[in-house]
Formats: sequence, C-alpha cells, structure tokens
Amino acid sequence: MKLLLVGEYRDAGLAAEVAGLFGFARLLDAEVSMVLVGREADLPAFEGRLWLADVDTYGEYAPDRHKSLVLEAARREAPDAVVLLHSSYGWDLAPRVAAALNAALVSGVTGLDDGGYVVECCNGKMRRTVRPLTEPVVLTLQPGAFGQDALNGSPEIRYLEADGETSIECLGFSRPETGIDLSHAVAIVSAGRGIGSKEHLGLVRALADALGAEVGASRPVVDAGWLERARQVGMSGQNVSPGLYVACGISGSIQHLAGMKGSGFVLAINTDSQAPIGNVADVLVVADLVDFLPLLTAQLASRC
Amino acid sequence: MWFPSIRMISWMNILVCVKQVPDMEGRFVPNTDESWHEESGLAWRMNDHDTFAVEQALLLREQLKGGATVTVLSIGAARVVETIRKSLAMGCVHGVHIEDPMACERDPWQIASMIAGFARQRKFDLVFTGMQSEDRCSAQVGVLVAERLGYVCVTGIIAFAWQDAAITVERELEGGRRCTVRLKVPALLTCQPGLNTPRYPTLPFIMKSKRAVIEVLLPESVGLDEPKVSSRGFRAAERKAPVVVLEGESKRLAVEVVSLLEQRGVVTGRGGVR
Ligand SMILES: Cc1cc2nc3c(=O)[nH]c(=O)nc-3n(C[C@H](O)[C@H](O)[C@H](O)COP(=O)(O)OP(=O)(O)OC[C@H]3O[C@@H](n4cnc5c(N)ncnc54)[C@H](O)[C@@H]3O)c2cc1C
Repeated sequence: MKLLLVGEYRDAGLAAEVAGLFGFARLLDAEVSMVLVGREADLPAFEGRLWLADVDTYGEYAPDRHKSLVLEAARREAPDAVVLLHSSYGWDLAPRVAAALNAALVSGVTGLDDGGYVVECCNGKMRRTVRPLTEPVVLTLQPGAFGQDALNGSPEIRYLEADGETSIECLGFSRPETGIDLSHAVAIVSAGRGIGSKEHLGLVRALADALGAEVGASRPVVDAGWLERARQVGMSGQNVSPGLYVACGISGSIQHLAGMKGSGFVLAINTDSQAPIGNVADVLVVADLVDFLPLLTAQLASRC
Repeated sequence: MWFPSIRMISWMNILVCVKQVPDMEGRFVPNTDESWHEESGLAWRMNDHDTFAVEQALLLREQLKGGATVTVLSIGAARVVETIRKSLAMGCVHGVHIEDPMACERDPWQIASMIAGFARQRKFDLVFTGMQSEDRCSAQVGVLVAERLGYVCVTGIIAFAWQDAAITVERELEGGRRCTVRLKVPALLTCQPGLNTPRYPTLPFIMKSKRAVIEVLLPESVGLDEPKVSSRGFRAAERKAPVVVLEGESKRLAVEVVSLLEQRGVVTGRGGVR
C-alpha cells in the first residue's frame, strides 16, 4: 500500500498531530510520501519523498491553491490513498481533493476494522465501519487516534509548484483574548448544555467552590453567552489536564474530549447513561444535575 | 434603464441546506443490516449547525432590506417536511423537499450530487449549509457541493459580513484561533455554531409556514450519483475505561460519589482536591 500524506503547517510550525499520519502508515505497513505547504526549516523526520511548497508563497489557508499542490503530488506518486488530518485544515481540503479525484472520502477515521475504516457518528455516541467502493481513497484521520510517536529519518525533498490563483483572499489570523488559563488547574468543573439555563450555572459554581476548582464549559454554553469564551474546553478552546474533571451535562463529543482527555479522574453527571462522556469517565452518575449537584456540594461540604 | 451589475447587489438568490437529525440523547438501535440505525423511538429536529445557516441567510436578507430570496432545501423521507416548515417559520420564503426515503443511507457524495443538481438549475448566488451533521459528522457535503458547482467555499465560519458585494468571514481554527478571509459570490459557506443567535419562529411566520406550499422533487429529477462508500457495523462506541455507572436516588448517589472520590484519593479527607 502506498500513501500520500498531507502534512500540515499551522501557526508558524509543523502541527504536532502530523505524527499521527505516520502512525497510521506504520499500522498499515505502508510506503509513504508527503506533500507539505510549509518551511524547509521545520520538516517532519521520515524516510520518503517530501513534496514541498513554501507557505510564504502558497499561504497557510488558501485551499484552492493547496488542492492544486496535493493533486500535483498525487499525480506524481499515484498513491492508493491520500491521507489528511481531520483538522480545520484537513476537513476543508479533503473534499476538494476527493471531488477532483472522483474518489471516495472517509472522514474522521479513528481505527481500522475488517477491511474498512472506523468512524464516529451520532456525536461520538456510536461507531460504524466505512468501506470505500472506489480507488484511490481520500481519508481524514481523527487527530491523536494513531499515536504521537517521535519520528526519524530525513526526507528527500522535491519542490512543488502549482497554479498560484486563489479566489479566497486571506486577510490574516487572530487569537481572541483568553486571560483565563485552565491548563494548570488542578480541578475543573465544567458546565454543558445539559445545565439547561444560565440560572443553573450557580449549581456548577457552588460545586467548583466546594472542590477548590476552576469553572470550565463546553462550547454551547459559551456560544449562548453563559460563560466567557476563555473557559471553553476542547478542540477550539483550551487543552486541560486537571487531576479531577467534572463534566456536568456534557455529552462528550470528540471535539470536547480532545481538550480534556488528559485529565486524571473524570466524573460525569448526565441523564443519559449512553452518553459518550461515559467512554472516558471513571464514574458516570446517571442523574438530573439540578437535583444532584446541590446534594453533591452539600456532601462535600459536610466532610470538614 | 439597464444597470449592468446591479442584479447581484440588489437581489440575492440564497439557498440554505438543512438536514433533519435525531435527537442525540435518544437510544440508537442498529437496523437489520447494521448499515445505520432504526428510526422508531427517536425524536427528530433540525441539525444544530444548520440553524445557524438559516439565521445567517435571514440576517443577510434583512441587511439587504428584503432584496433577497431565501430558499430552504432538505433531502429525506416525508418527516423532513417538519424541518422545512421550521425554517419557513423562522422566515425562509420557499421550501423545497427532495423526497428520498433512502437519504439517511446515502453517502455524502450522493447527497452532494442531489443538492448540486438542484442548485445548478436555480443559479444561487450564495449557499449556506451547516459545517457538518450531528449524526454523520463527516463535514463533506457543503464542500463537495461547492466543488461541483465551481463556487468559492469556506468551511466552519463563525463570523460573516457582507459589504460592497464582497463577503468577509472568519473561519475557526484549533485552539480558538481565527482566520479572516474575503471572497466573492457565487459562494458556499458552511456554518459553525456561534456564528449568530438563531431566532425563534414568530407567530405570523408560523401561521404562514403551515399554509406554505412546499415544492417536492424526486432524486432522479435532480441527479443522483452512485455511492462511493458503504457503511456497516453500526454500533455503540466501545467504553475504553471501565466506567463505574451509578444510578438511583440522588442523596445516596452523592454519598457514594464522595466516598469514591476519597477512596481513589481524588479529594483529600477535608477540603478540596489533592
Ligand atoms: C470544528 C468543531 C469544533 C468544536 N470545538 C468544540 C470545543 O472546543 N469544545 C466543545 O465543548 N465543543 C466543541 N464543538 C462542539 C461539539 O461538537 C459538541 O456540539 C459540544 O461539545 C456539545 O456540548 P454539550 O456536550 O454541552 O451539549 P450536548 O451535546 O447537547 O449534550 C448535553 C448533555 O447533557 C445531558 N443532559 C441534559 N439535561 C440534563 C440534566 N438535567 N442533567 C444532567 N444531564 C443532562 C444530555 O444527556 C447530553 O448528554 C466543536 C464542534 C466542531 C464541529
């Protein structure tokens, strides 16, 4: 099997998750080459051909140009699969490449199974196995699903050029102010959509106080304006790894888990016993948080 | 009098694609060939991401002082008419239903083939879709439609502005970082929650939506491609950690949880976390 990996240069550096692309290739015992819009000073270590285009010329986000580059590398390599990360870069670029190649696309692969690719569905609650019916195939891999091992070797660089036209003009990048750093918190109590209304945040705060914990949130709580954006945990928020993480009314979507799976002990409170947060929790309390949180807080307080 | 480029600026033809999905808190039971799930016992609603797509189209129409038509399209079994009516109750004007009872078994390539086939006939200036559906989570359909139509496409937008016939959007990246991009119509944008605050349906529109005639099309009339993938083994996600599931009376649960936290050394004898 021959794979063309699509590397990813993000925020002035090679994205760390790129290691997962090689981890996947190792699992398949595949021959690899990579195409990367990046910088010569910051290249992945591996043995194989690296089709390199300069990020200053082709931009960090210019998907139509990047598509041309990937297609050019694919033409030269004739791979069985073109493999990207299921990241903001990868899910945006992969369908463009698949459309041009008239190829099957399997998104968010988390594993291999019986000649097919395992993907999550129903917001992480369920799984299914997807088999491509055409060749080549384009895949996006869930970041972190295939290891983060250190790599070695030095690639053989080939410079790549493509049509410089783009109809998407990138005006720049920004980072919203954070101010709250949850990455060093020893304990975090997070509120999810299951809290139902802003009024119930008080229950979450009271538990956090009893535990000496910071308050965190899933994305819908932040989108609704119930808590500051800086408290969002997950793929598009903060990465946290406290000793105790309490998830109140959080279903446990893959994007939320991406930000908290490094936590020590995970306590989840959810009315749905099947909620995917149960896949990473140490303890799942099946209860309505409106009843349960005050009782838990009182029980903690009574121990002193 | 004839104004050469005025059509695009003064009148916009907007399409919003919406999907009906089951409520994710429901119990999913595999169907007989395990390609997907049984439908019985599930509650249905509009895909969360799509509500932001509908809202953005309506906001733009308001900004253009009504100088836009907002068509809403959904593909699926008869039940999806409910979701089309919900969009009309929010303020969309035309509802189109591609009636396809097999839609939930179709892959993104096939869904995109139908949407693009339909959109090509109607010459939309701007198409809004959700960034992904909550049930399939593929994030493919919008981009595939755009590629077929040859439209400019940006995924996962969390800010949108229209000025002087140009669109400026912000795209969300990892860690909350954002990328600002400018583009021109014809374009397709996939919407991410947080883009806006979807409105609640209002009474006059609810009344109107009940009477609205929804255009019904068949997959063959818009063009349906062969699938590119097959799906099987629909199953519950494996539980990696041996999770302790506690159920029962809340007061007793609270006592149990605290003693468990103490046993595992997560909280110390008194006070906070270790
Ligand atoms: C590109 C992208 C990036 C994203 N980034 C992030 C991110 O950084 N962080 C993030 O969190 N999400 C992110 N998301 C969103 C993510 O996909 C989920 O939609 C989100 O995490 C869901 O939040 P939730 O669990 O609070 O809500 P839901 O999924 O709606 O879950 C609510 C839960 O509460 C439970 N519940 C309901 N009522 C009660 C009650 N009374 N008592 C107890 N439990 C109750 C329900 O059973 C359910 O499990 C991202 C999505 C995308 C597509």
